[in-house]
Amino acid sequence: MFEPESREGGRKLIEVKNLVKRYGDHVAVNHLNFTVEEGQIYGFLGPNGAGKSTTMNMITGYLAATEGEVIINGHNILDDPEEAKKCIGYLPEMPPVYMDMTVLEYLKFVAELKKIPKDKVKKQLMEVMSLVKITDMQNRLIRNLSKGYRQRVGLAQAVIGYPPIIILDEPTVGLDPKQIIEIRELIKSLGKKHTVILSSHILSEVSAVCDYVMIISKGELVASDTPENLGKLMIGSNTVKCTVKGSRGAVISALNQIPEIKNVKYEDAEEKGCLRLVITTDKSKDIREPLFYKMAAASCPILALSSSTMSLEDVFLELTDDSGKAARKLKKEMKKQTDEKEQDLAVTQEETAKTDSSQNEEEGGTKK
Amino acid sequence: MKAIYKKELKSYLTSMVGYLFIAFILLLFGLYFTAINVQQAYPEIGYALGNASFVFLIAVPILTMKVLSEEQKNKTDQLLLTAPVRLEEIVLGKYLALLTIFAIPVCLICLYPLLLGTHGTVSYPMAYTSILGFFLLGAAYIAIGVFISSITESQVIAAVLSFVLLFFCYMESPIAAFFPESASGSLFSFVILIALVCLWIGSMIKNPVVTGVIAICAEGALIAVYFVKSSLLEGKIQDFLGIFNISDHLNNFISGMVDLQGIIYFLSVIVVCIFLTIQSLQKKRWN
Repeated sequence: MFEPESREGGRKLIEVKNLVKRYGDHVAVNHLNFTVEEGQIYGFLGPNGAGKSTTMNMITGYLAATEGEVIINGHNILDDPEEAKKCIGYLPEMPPVYMDMTVLEYLKFVAELKKIPKDKVKKQLMEVMSLVKITDMQNRLIRNLSKGYRQRVGLAQAVIGYPPIIILDEPTVGLDPKQIIEIRELIKSLGKKHTVILSSHILSEVSAVCDYVMIISKGELVASDTPENLGKLMIGSNTVKCTVKGSRGAVISALNQIPEIKNVKYEDAEEKGCLRLVITTDKSKDIREPLFYKMAAASCPILALSSSTMSLEDVFLELTDDSGKAARKLKKEMKKQTDEKEQDLAVTQEETAKTDSSQNEEEGGTKK
Repeated sequence: MKAIYKKELKSYLTSMVGYLFIAFILLLFGLYFTAINVQQAYPEIGYALGNASFVFLIAVPILTMKVLSEEQKNKTDQLLLTAPVRLEEIVLGKYLALLTIFAIPVCLICLYPLLLGTHGTVSYPMAYTSILGFFLLGAAYIAIGVFISSITESQVIAAVLSFVLLFFCYMESPIAAFFPESASGSLFSFVILIALVCLWIGSMIKNPVVTGVIAICAEGALIAVYFVKSSLLEGKIQDFLGIFNISDHLNNFISGMVDLQGIIYFLSVIVVCIFLTIQSLQKKRWN
């Protein structure tokens, strides 16, 4: 089990202590500990069934924990649920909307449910509706709205009353790419005034929106840090992908002359007489130049060449795989890193720059 | 609570279900009223009410089937349970909304004695006492329906289960007559009943030792009573089943008696069912 160190700044808004949820013999959430501080956007990341939704449901008081406690803004969610729930706006996985109500009716109901003073309701509803861009839809029945708009109505519901904490469970699932970008922008803007926790199984989303990432696998927190740091910690190797024209034998003998290569995977390319190679090296080695010269000498022209460091997607996959090997490795790395922090400062900065650029590439890719 | 009450009332009045319920009750009552009070010129409305009370068997399950099960199925209960509202308020708000819907046909029925009064002498206290009984009976049935709706996500299952339970309550006396009145008959029925209850407890607490101890103590006490003074058990299974005989309590109201025992009985059924509903929703959060 991994315990994040507490960081400087912000007041503690949510404290989760030793949280456990068991369904019969199945442990959905296993001794989870973390704190959430004011004014940041947190991302819960994990594959399906990792326990993200269960954790969120326990934080919001929808489910009761088997063990452990959740303290919201100083109020225990079980002992003092009303005060604690006042601090939270929650959008569950399925927007909890009533199909037979219009948008405005529904939001009015939510406002009344959250006990917002009558004189403020109208103004706030207008603000919230324009924030999530559903003002035009206010008199439509929710039944007739598309999934994207229902999601927005759900989001509006969470924002009403402007609670200090807004929790969003997979807010972009089922939306088209344009809507996804819009909702992400919206979440970012919400993050300026509120503390936002969102869950997702899409890593690029979390790295694009969140200030802080918590990776959950099988109900346990396996890693938690800023997206940059996480990517940096896990980079252990460098991969180069290239497409080469020539016979397999010639290519292999040319590659054998480059000592830095750790591993090569061969695939047939679409073009005839071509090979696609995925070459792995140590993280600090760049083999693109020697590769070019060796291939040229073997008269095997390189048709395409691209280099990639380990993406956050790979980090995530590795951390959440079944063996849990990577998660242990990460913990070791993190420990080592804190020891070497002072000495390695210069190197670290350089690496950060590298990770940033690779991350931007990835982000650009998803947006396309 | 007010928000939930208003929302629920509106949802019933904007969908078919509420009107269907109101129309069905008025239709059935109207049929009996026409046959008994109009055609035969009988001045007591209670007789028609008593006959029409079987309408609840069908009307109440239709009304209550979705009240909590639909929220669970559509996951809108996540909104209610994560809002700063207590569970009691949610259940009470919903129950009161249902009562309000039910009050609409009852208020209309209140006009019928006046109608009869224009053609002859009608005992108004008697008529309104029977209407009060009719309302209390319906309120108790609705509370049962609300509880059944809380235990399942499926509206169909909720409707069928409510119907079965209401049918049992309605037909209690003929069913109780199946059981022998002898002490040994009661003993046999209670042994089986206790075994079933213990199985249910066992499935809830998942602790075979505790369940076993409870079972042995209860069965032992029962058998001891049988051997020490078997006459105590005579007819007891009928008395026990009589607890569920809700519809019989209407009879005193029909004959014009403001039956305090009956009122307390109906109110206790309502309170117990509301309590069980809250517990069943609470249990879902802990499982």
